[in-house]
Amino acid sequence: MRDTLIRADPRNASRNASRPQLIRMAITAILVLFVLFALPQLLSLYYIDTMTQVAVYSMVTLALGVLVGRVGLVSLGQVAVLAIGAWVAARLLFATTQPYPLVLLEAGLITMAAGVLIGLPALRLRGLYLALITLMFAGAITVVLATVNFPNGGHGFTGYNGSLVHIPPIRRPSIASGDPAYFRYSVIVATLMFLLVFAHIKTRPGRAWAAIRQSEPAALAAGINTWLYKLWAFALASFITGVAGGVLAGAVHYLYSIGFPTQDSITLLAVTLMGGVYSMWGAVVAALLYQFLPALLNNWGVSADWLIILFGLGVLQVLTTAPAGLADQVPKDLARLGRLLRRRLRKPAPGSTE
Amino acid sequence: MIEVTGLTVRYGGVTSLDDMNLTFEQGTCGLIGPNGAGKTTFFNVLSGFVRPAAGTVRAFGVDLLSMAHFRRARWGVRRTFQTEQAIEELSVFDNVAMVHEHSKLGAATRRKDVLDAIEFTGLGAVAPDAKVRTLTAGQRRLVEVARAVVGRPRLVLLDEPAAGLPDEESSRLADVIRGIPEHTGALTILVDHDMSLVSACCATTAVLDFGALIASGPTAAVLRDDAVIRAYLGVA
Repeated sequence: MRDTLIRADPRNASRNASRPQLIRMAITAILVLFVLFALPQLLSLYYIDTMTQVAVYSMVTLALGVLVGRVGLVSLGQVAVLAIGAWVAARLLFATTQPYPLVLLEAGLITMAAGVLIGLPALRLRGLYLALITLMFAGAITVVLATVNFPNGGHGFTGYNGSLVHIPPIRRPSIASGDPAYFRYSVIVATLMFLLVFAHIKTRPGRAWAAIRQSEPAALAAGINTWLYKLWAFALASFITGVAGGVLAGAVHYLYSIGFPTQDSITLLAVTLMGGVYSMWGAVVAALLYQFLPALLNNWGVSADWLIILFGLGVLQVLTTAPAGLADQVPKDLARLGRLLRRRLRKPAPGSTE
Repeated sequence: MIEVTGLTVRYGGVTSLDDMNLTFEQGTCGLIGPNGAGKTTFFNVLSGFVRPAAGTVRAFGVDLLSMAHFRRARWGVRRTFQTEQAIEELSVFDNVAMVHEHSKLGAATRRKDVLDAIEFTGLGAVAPDAKVRTLTAGQRRLVEVARAVVGRPRLVLLDEPAAGLPDEESSRLADVIRGIPEHTGALTILVDHDMSLVSACCATTAVLDFGALIASGPTAAVLRDDAVIRAYLGVA
């Protein structure tokens, strides 16, 4: 009895991953390799740039997914957090000659510190009130940015010089100065961030977050310091979003405060919910909805503004019929369709003798 | 041993516990009373969810009220809830291990303790890596009990553990509850409206009414007490 119990213990299981787990890991690895090596060959420069944005925003939706899906904290200020990351990275890239990965790390850490400072008072609130406070914060950051603007190579703390005629672009890493190379660079950074979240979800913080989301009293009764773990989630999400901001800075070369409007945080939450907050694939789906779909429509000459309506309907659909989002629903629907087709094919044609 | 003196809890204008004095010595003790008598409030004070307006609580010589709520669970104040609160998306093992993760014991010892607790509650037939959402209501209750008894709890608070369970599962639960003091050495307090469960499990019982203690002593004597019959049990 004891023997079977110990063998069935999930901690032993995690050491030797089960077959489906291995298959899933292999498929993910193949997909990442395909995106890294084959995709840039297949796409035009327009779509390569778009996919770089998808990589950047998949980190942002990943972080938001951690907050909303894992811990149950709704933040409407993620675009502002992204802007902080981009601002810090741009300043460091202009002011220093540090290697790019180091700048990304610093941007992540500084953004994390900012996120924690905001999180400290905000974590006393939940639900609508937390959402409201984070939205106000996003609004405040937008106002500040409109005044000081993003660094553009000028002198001083803000690094902004409005009278400059020639504005130098934000530099990229020397190994990834071209667009396809920078796309690959972004995908690698994003993959690292996904692994970071994966490592959290599968260990103690993930279990603590699951407990907090379902029932805070139960989490406390299980000895979990709920305050610390909520702050941890905020810190992790801010770090990842800060790194995303750093990658974004290099991707676009020039940053403008107009590129980070407050209402985008709301759209971001909508696509994150649509993609699915309980799976990390949901973050990828959300980023595709947020960046790839508008690029596609633009290319076809259709206004991307229509997407707001689509996202509205999408969120309604998700909230009513598929709370785990597209990442969960589409594979299930496809499997159902496959079963239906197989049954149809196996059924003898009418009139045939049996 | 737990000593409560002068415990008073107010929610706005409502006094839920009114200068309550109470001592539980050892074993499994019952705590009964009509709805709104303050039983769950008392548990909430012990586990740190409610801050009393006045009074002291000493458990095994320690001033419980000065400890943060999550630290009390680590120290050994464990509880279950009226509405079962096992974490659905985690496995049985993780649900039970959660509270034991904070101990300083080695990983192997911790694992053995968790599996012991699962087996003690009679959940051995359920795979430890089964997700809680696949279990029946009775099994979920047992997961909560396993979480309360894992490791070395000092105080186990069971808040209507048999509520809503079919008779068969309820009697199995009674066997488990009776075994807790011997298995863990913890003082166990049982709140329930099922008098047969309370009589079966508890040697001593205390009765609350309107936030004050109206009787306490050996269970059989308490259940015959006139004041208890008037306030709670009704005329037989």
